[in-house]
Amino acid sequence: MITGAVFYMFALALIFSATMTLAVRQPVHAVLFLIWSFFNAAGLFLNLGAEFLAFILLIVYIGAVAVLFLFVVMMLNVKGDKPTRKRAKAMPLGLSLGAALLMQMGAVVWTWPSSPLPPPAATEALTNTEALGRVLYTTYLYPFQICGLILLVAMIGAIVLTLRHREGTKRQNVWMQLGREREDVLEICHVKTGEGIER
Amino acid sequence: MTSILTIGLSHYLSVAMILFIIGALGVIFNRRNIIVMLMAIELMLLAGNINLVAFSSYAGDLTGQVFTMIVLTVAAAEAAIGLAILVVAFRPRGTIAVDAFTEMKG
Repeated sequence: MITGAVFYMFALALIFSATMTLAVRQPVHAVLFLIWSFFNAAGLFLNLGAEFLAFILLIVYIGAVAVLFLFVVMMLNVKGDKPTRKRAKAMPLGLSLGAALLMQMGAVVWTWPSSPLPPPAATEALTNTEALGRVLYTTYLYPFQICGLILLVAMIGAIVLTLRHREGTKRQNVWMQLGREREDVLEICHVKTGEGIER
Repeated sequence: MTSILTIGLSHYLSVAMILFIIGALGVIFNRRNIIVMLMAIELMLLAGNINLVAFSSYAGDLTGQVFTMIVLTVAAAEAAIGLAILVVAFRPRGTIAVDAFTEMKG
């Protein structure tokens, strides 16, 4: 009963916030609605008994990805401008594609035997996090490590993409500093009295 | 009353389906800026994650949740790279409207 009510609350809020994410004009508002929809999805995960993933969703998606979106939105200073006229051109294509998707996925969902088995409510004494940790570091060790590698590659890629050298700024060049010889920069002159030095 | 409030697997699948369609339509209809398009892609990935977790929970198998973590990782990496590309593309143009990216149009 209660899980049903909670499901409907989170599901309706999720669909509403996802719609609003794509419907509002200001990108900052869109990011805030995106955060709300991630929050609702975390609620659905909790309702399914996947506590660890729910909190990972809160931490990773809201704490990292959504904040990244907010950073970029505020850094680029994009304004929500008026909808262009091209939208009407994409309308038949989009609507037909949406109807096709709805029909196909609806056919899958409604021919699926409804709730073949109830969700197993913690059959063992293990919590969800502990059970997940047991398979994550044994059975799925290599995929898990490859995930870390993907994140490393993404990090290096993002840094390389956005790094830029401005012309005219003074930078320290360590190799040039360390490569200086005494003969290049230093000259010892013996100056006689009253004659000065000629260069 | 109880029949409405009894939640089965197909309820979660329906929510994920609606979410995926919202995301797909957002990608198609969005002409304003690419950030919103990336957000629509994130919503579609989230719909996939909901499907995986729902199947995992109802089948009593944790594999789906492990896969959800992998999808989450890839989604985070994709967002980081996508936003980096966006920043690089914004610098010469001063706009991120979808219509401004026409260099590859013959």
